[in-house]
Amino acid sequence: MADYIEIHDLNKTFQTRTGPLPVLNGIDLSIKKGEIFGIIGFSGAGKSTLARCVNGLEIPDAGSIEVNGRDVTKLSKQEMLEERRHIGMVFQNFNLFEAKTVYENIAYSLRIRHEKKSIVDEKVKEVAELVGLTEKLDAYPGGLSGGQKQRVGIARALIGEPDVLISDEATSALDPQTTLQILDLLRSINKEKGITILMITHELDAIKYSCDRMAVLEGGKIIEQGKVVDIFHNPHSRTGELFTKVFFQFQNDEFQSGAGI
Amino acid sequence: MSLENTPFLEVIKSSFSAAIWKEVGPAVWDTVYMTVVSSLIMLVIGLAFGIVLIWTDKGGIRATPVINGPFGWFINILRSLPQMIMIIIMIPVARSIFGQSYGTNPCIVAIAASCIPMYARMVESSLMEVEKGKIDAARSLGSTDFDIVFRVWIPEAIPSLVRGFTVTVIGIISMTALAGMFGAGGIGDIAVRYGYQRFQHDKLLACIYVLIVIVQLTQSAGNLLSDHIRKKRGLM
Repeated sequence: MADYIEIHDLNKTFQTRTGPLPVLNGIDLSIKKGEIFGIIGFSGAGKSTLARCVNGLEIPDAGSIEVNGRDVTKLSKQEMLEERRHIGMVFQNFNLFEAKTVYENIAYSLRIRHEKKSIVDEKVKEVAELVGLTEKLDAYPGGLSGGQKQRVGIARALIGEPDVLISDEATSALDPQTTLQILDLLRSINKEKGITILMITHELDAIKYSCDRMAVLEGGKIIEQGKVVDIFHNPHSRTGELFTKVFFQFQNDEFQSGAGI
Repeated sequence: MSLENTPFLEVIKSSFSAAIWKEVGPAVWDTVYMTVVSSLIMLVIGLAFGIVLIWTDKGGIRATPVINGPFGWFINILRSLPQMIMIIIMIPVARSIFGQSYGTNPCIVAIAASCIPMYARMVESSLMEVEKGKIDAARSLGSTDFDIVFRVWIPEAIPSLVRGFTVTVIGIISMTALAGMFGAGGIGDIAVRYGYQRFQHDKLLACIYVLIVIVQLTQSAGNLLSDHIRKKRGLM
């Protein structure tokens, strides 16, 4: 399988009141088409920023991100709008539009492209069935459970038929059972539609459960990347330390939500 | 009938008499007319100003300090004028538009000029309350700037915009009463001419009833609408 997302020497520094804060320091990463690639790190490691660079929500200071051979950091504004059709994103806090029904949330990206009503209707129903929301189309997101909300978020990202789905801590606000359901959903989407998934998370279990390959991010650097099995069996010494830390942390307080940058 | 020489209860009784209401009645219409027209003007221009503020803000669509700075100053300058001074300043403006500086229509100019900047700031803060994540989501779905503002940002803020609008409309009602002093007509005019200058406290009381009722109705309507929207969206 060919490399699908190719990130080379990516740098990003935020200007804060206390001075420059380097968040990404020379990230090199390659993700293959059709795989589920996990990026794990503590909050502040820069994983959300990395994800946001891929669909242009953040503009990196230096480096390149090639998605399917096109460098997204060099696109014009108009080209970026177009490119975002191919890159879906799912968020930790769902970020649903509360003013719109589930139907209109899912239909959003077709509406802004002024698609025909019949096409919108057909596609919304198709995607709603895929994520199991057919019964809830007329409801407003405010009345849904966390798992249902995330299903809407996934459906909303899927309706544009993206090639890549970025999951930015998509399961971090959910209980363990719902987390499993959402991870299963993501896996089945990956299998059925061949959508490449970039899974950003601080949860080891989520990575272990769903990813093919992974990278460990710390302090804006990739300290290790490779097959999930290999890394879990034989972690780099620093990764091992992080894993242990995470393990004990989970024992101490079962749920710690990492907001991430 | 004055409180100076009549017992309080007598004045109250008289304030409900037909003779009083024959005079106050038409003034109620003037006040309602001024309030409604000013509110509509304020809604349109205030929303537009608020959108300009948020569009050019640092955390907005596109940070444009060149526009945001001076525009913010301009709004602050308008806001720093007390309503009475604004009415006086607007007299020549109103005269140039309507050919006269008294009456309900010319005073609407002054009322709108005073309330637009206030509502613009309210719109700005309502829009600021919308979670940035929703804007990110809209962006990630390929929205243009225009889509973000009109399909996501404003609809998401509607319950809060309604509440802000209610508050400023009540501000407008009290300003119409003030404008009455400067020839606007309406309830304020009656209250000043009869209540203050001629000690007819029964008429003054009648004016107070009217103002209380109008303000209560406005506030309840605003709350009802905002709650209705929030309930529909499953937010309460």
